[in-house]
Amino acid sequence: MSIWEYANPTKFLRTSARVMPMLWVASAVLIIGGLIWGFFFTPDDYRQGSTVKIIYLHVPSALMAINAWFMMLVASLIWVIRRHHVSALAAKAAAPVGIVMTLIALITGAIWGQPMWGTWWAWDPRLTSFLVLFLFYLGYVALWEAIDNPDTAADLTSILCLVGSVFAVLSRYAVNFWNQGLHQGASLSLDKEENVADIFAYPLWTCMAGFILLFIVLVLYRTGTEIRQRRIQALVARERLEA
Amino acid sequence: MPELGKYADTVLSAYGASLTLLIGLVVWTLVRGRRVQSQLKEVEQRRRSDG
Repeated sequence: MSIWEYANPTKFLRTSARVMPMLWVASAVLIIGGLIWGFFFTPDDYRQGSTVKIIYLHVPSALMAINAWFMMLVASLIWVIRRHHVSALAAKAAAPVGIVMTLIALITGAIWGQPMWGTWWAWDPRLTSFLVLFLFYLGYVALWEAIDNPDTAADLTSILCLVGSVFAVLSRYAVNFWNQGLHQGASLSLDKEENVADIFAYPLWTCMAGFILLFIVLVLYRTGTEIRQRRIQALVARERLEA
Repeated sequence: MPELGKYADTVLSAYGASLTLLIGLVVWTLVRGRRVQSQLKEVEQRRRSDG
């Protein structure tokens, strides 16, 4: 069996329909469980007080905001190199999910920043690169909507995705590159010194796993919708030709 | 409800905004998916009945 079998839309729809129910349930259980755990059963931080509870939404959404773009990059490259329509549609399907994840990261960051940093926003390297990534997401969706020919749209959005990847990388590593600004380093790290305490880390890992599964199931579902939409367009075009 | 102290508004507004966006995304995804699915069924049926 090869992964390229899933480039066949029928095979993709059949397989994704089989795995999606499990993914919906697993993502809901992990997100709801992780949030309840973090919100109700973890203590306040000695410096941040109860605002530490925002970490369970902020970190997983920021993680997915960046990784959604990388998933779009991989799918776009597959489109450019192998011309598999399903991969182009998967990239298109992931963009609105990435937008929402980026928006949640920006909003929760601003709400947390106001009492902790004394400001809603700062032109800090990580915040700025995240904002630029958000604008790239909007541009990506707008470009898909602006071009009628789906293959041309897939080509041009793939190029945009490639360019935007620079900002996805910057969003992830801005803190390390510049080592300045307000934003702190990674909340979870292999370095024990940098890591958040275990009592916060466990529910955080749970929420992160939930967000990853939610992203996967949303992209599978939305890709299915895009495939069906494309089929409708093809059938309607054929009807017009026959009329 | 845990004691959120002076940051109660901050924490609750962050959760409120995030959950609204997440639930909105899921609902929008499902509603659009259902609509497109029924549109496709309709078009396929029309083509079958037209021969």
